[in-house]
This record gives sequence, structure tokens and C-alpha cells, in this order.
Amino acid sequence: MIRPADYDFFARFLKERSGLILTDDKHYLLESRLIPLLNRFAIPDFARLAEILKSNEAPIIAEAVVEAMTTNESLFFRDKVPFEDMARSLLPALCAARLKTHTLRIWCAAASTGQEPYSIAMMLAEKPELTGGRRVQIIGTDISSEVLERARAGRYNQFEVQRGLSVQQLLKYFVKSGDWWEVVPQLKAMIEYRKFNLLDPFGGLGTFDLIMCRNVLIYFDVPTKADILARMSRQLAPDGFLQLGGAETAIGICDAFRPLPDHRGTYVHTRAPATIVAARR
Amino acid sequence: MKTCLVVDDSSVVRKVARGILEDLGFCVEEAADGAPALEMCARAMPDAILLDWSMPVTDGLAVLEQLRSSEAGRTPKVIFCTAKNDMEHIARAVSLGADEYIMKPFDSEILREKLEAVGLLDRVD
Ligand SMILES: C[S@@+](CC[C@H](N)C(=O)[O-])C[C@H]1O[C@@H](n2cnc3c(N)ncnc32)[C@H](O)[C@@H]1O
Repeated sequence: MIRPADYDFFARFLKERSGLILTDDKHYLLESRLIPLLNRFAIPDFARLAEILKSNEAPIIAEAVVEAMTTNESLFFRDKVPFEDMARSLLPALCAARLKTHTLRIWCAAASTGQEPYSIAMMLAEKPELTGGRRVQIIGTDISSEVLERARAGRYNQFEVQRGLSVQQLLKYFVKSGDWWEVVPQLKAMIEYRKFNLLDPFGGLGTFDLIMCRNVLIYFDVPTKADILARMSRQLAPDGFLQLGGAETAIGICDAFRPLPDHRGTYVHTRAPATIVAARR
Repeated sequence: MKTCLVVDDSSVVRKVARGILEDLGFCVEEAADGAPALEMCARAMPDAILLDWSMPVTDGLAVLEQLRSSEAGRTPKVIFCTAKNDMEHIARAVSLGADEYIMKPFDSEILREKLEAVGLLDRVD
């Protein structure tokens, strides 16, 4: 079992490495997620694991601990509304303000196993008029290499493909290989996956027209959320959009953003021209 | 109240489906084979049909074909619910007029979503 001093250490370690806040009541979670890892690396107990992490000598183990503690659940077209809003008002507003030659850049900042970026890709493949012939670059990032590998492979089980997707989408955008359903190359080619920690500087990522950062800020404390949101505002085009998850908000946390009326979970720059906000349903 | 006809030769599957559908507010009828299912439809068209593929006498595909050949038979939303999980089967069912497809084994979440997708349940946002 985990000694209190070690628990505190793991909590500090995780906050520092990934932003994850481990409250005092998460002993069970920590144990159940890390026991398989102890077995995998033949580490006798949690005290020894803490020593290894402190020594900084086994980056692979440190990374495995961070990954094991992430929650990676995702769904195709999760919550539906953000994707409908994107199609109905965000993309039309962006296109209206951009030249035909502009490449639309979309960032899925916690892409997990890929359902979110693939949902966007599917939507754009289905309705090319949404981007008016503009090139689109979708960047999916996540801290966990394991989920990114799954995202790149684009393979899902039958339960995963039935949630959120219509049978027509399944037939059109997947091929069955063995027990898996694999995303077609056309969609895979629309997305670039990169390993990226949201605590690190965003400079190298460039500027985006739309950022989806959903169901990840919930794991962080307020200063971390505020910091990530403030830095994200610098990567977002002046008339770009940020979409957060259903249980997340920028209100009262980061004054660089204000909510877009009538579009739950969508934010624009506080100093954005009033005209974008007129992007309507 | 919306009605759903569950057509499956397995009484276990019918029972599970009935439980889920009743929780979702449907009035449920059952048939253990395609022929009685078609008779029941002729008497009163349900709003939805949850249809198994392989059944001893008249299989799901035959039911779908016959059903869709009549004007009245075009109204029910047909959701295939089967263990035939490959692309050819799914494509076949869709081309013959299935509205949705559930791969067995299924759970209540998937059934609810598919009923939502065919417009028989309100979306919970
Ligand atoms: C619940 S998933 C969200 C998936 C998707 N956005 C959705 O809403 O369905 C959260 C993801 O955030 C990732 N994550 C956690 N901390 C992170 C960090 N510091 N930097 C980047 N990604 C992180 C996890 O690895 C996990 O895959």
C-alpha cells in the first residue's frame, strides 16, 4: 500500500509533469492504475517506485506513470452540439473572413485516441462546402504516446464505432480488419498527431483558427487552467474560436476569452471584433 | 406511446431488449421469427422494429424486403440487431432499407443512441 509521504510525492510529481490534480481521496485510483505498472517494470512496491521517480534515472518509467494516470475516454462526435456549432456557425464565419488560399488550422489539444479529430475530419469530408475548398490541417496532440499510437492506427472496436456514428458513416469511413474497424486513409491523411504536453510552451505549434480543448482542463487546478487558457489565446487567430468541454469554462478563470452567445462551450477573444460574435445559428 | 417490435429467435435477447426499451418508454411487442413478425406488422405497424438477421424460418433480410415492398411498410424505423458484424452484411441491410444497425452484443447506451439517431427518442444534451 502507499505510505502518506509517497502519496504526497506522487501527487506533486503528477501535478508537475502533467498538471493532474490528485486529491487526498484518490488512493484507490492511484493504486489501481499503478499496480500493473509495478508488475510491468518489476518494481517491488510504491516506495521503490517513488525512489525511482525521485532519482530521475528512469524517464521511461516516469512517462509510464504519467500516462497510466491519464483518463482517455473519448467518443465520436462527443456531445454532438460542439460539432453542429462548428458546422453551422464557426466554420462559415471563419471562411467568410479568409481568403480561398488560407489553410484552416484546427487544433485538438487533448486528442486522446483520436475520436475527436476523426469526427472533425469526417464532418469536413462529408460536407466539403464547410471549408469552401480551403485546405485544412487538423493537429491532434496528447501527452500520452500510447493513446496517440491508437489514434494514428485509427482502429476501434465495435462498441466504439457504434457510439456517435451513423451506420452510413461507419460504412463510408471505416473498413473492417479482423475484429477492428479502421478509419479510411482519406481521413487519416487529414490529421497530424503529435505528442505534446499542455504544460509546455505552445510556440512551435503556430496559430490556429479553431482550438478544441475538451475534457482535459477538468483535471487541472485553477492556476494551471488559467495559464493554459492564457497561452492558448496567443495561439488563436484574432477571430478564431475555442471550444471547451461540457464541464469546463473560461469564465472567471481567464479574461482573454469571453463566451460566444448561444454557443455553449465556445469562446472568442475578449477583444474580438463584435462581428464574429454575430456569427449566428 | 411509441411501439417497438423485437424480432429475435433468442428469448434472452428479446427479454434484454424489452427491458431496455420499456425503460426508454416504449411499448414492446415480441416475435420469435420473421413470419409472425410480418403478420404483426400487417395488423398494426410499429414505430420501430429491432430485427435479428438469422432466424430459423424467415430471416431478418427477408422480413425487411417484404416489409419495404409495401407502402405502409416504409414507415417503421428498422434497426438491424445482429451478430453479423461485417461490412457486406451491414451494407446489404442498409441497401434494403434498414435505418440503423446494431452489432451484437449491444448495451442500453447503444440502443438508446440508435433510437435517437432514427428520430424516435429525444436527444439528451
Ligand atoms: C478525457 S480525454 C479527452 C478526449 C477528447 N478531447 C474528448 O473530449 O473526448 C483527456 C486526454 O487529455 C490528455 N492529457 C492529460 N493531461 C495532459 C497534458 N498535460 N497535456 C496534454 N494532454 C493531456 C490525456 O492523455 C487524455 O488522453
